[in-house]
Amino acid sequence: MADRLSLVVFSGTVDKLYPVAIMASGGVALGKDVEIFVTFYGLEAFRKGNPQKNMKMDVNYPEVGPMMMKVMMAKKMPSWYDMLVQAKEMGNIKVHACATTYDLMDMKKEDLDPIVDDVIGVTEFLSRASEGGITLFL
Amino acid sequence: MILDARGSFCPGPLMELIRGIKQAKVGEELEVWSSDQGSKKDIPFWIQKAGHQLLGVVEEQGYARFIVKKLK
Repeated sequence: MADRLSLVVFSGTVDKLYPVAIMASGGVALGKDVEIFVTFYGLEAFRKGNPQKNMKMDVNYPEVGPMMMKVMMAKKMPSWYDMLVQAKEMGNIKVHACATTYDLMDMKKEDLDPIVDDVIGVTEFLSRASEGGITLFL
Repeated sequence: MILDARGSFCPGPLMELIRGIKQAKVGEELEVWSSDQGSKKDIPFWIQKAGHQLLGVVEEQGYARFIVKKLK
């Protein structure tokens, strides 16, 4: 059985992208292979240029979201993207763009951030995820 | 080898340690410095899980020093 951590990243807000980077780092720390499937708003977050300029927080938490963002900046917390890049350098992390969203948005490979490895369909992702381990939806 | 990860956030100090362990020789001692409170849980847990030895945790002003021996 594969020792794998599979993440479906549907969300594109920074508050959800942090757990993506942190979970992926934890997976690498435990020697797991990490598969990240980015879809819908999650794929937008990986559009070239967006990892550096995306400051969106979940609008459902107006009383804490902006405050948390300020605290993270004041404490110089690295961005979710830098954390993910670092984890990817250290372990086996693959970032897959969802083919459906990619086609729907008429995207080309050059529209995506270079951290994205390839474009795959849901069946390929699910078949990889079902080979073993943990699967999370974020 | 001393890895100064003070000011870095979870899981940063642990990732620094893993990077250091990869470079170190078996039997070598490493020290990772962390000011993140989460490190007190995740660093000892990882060391045990990865099969290395935690020689000690030394509390300093505002940070802790984790002393680790690479066993394999």
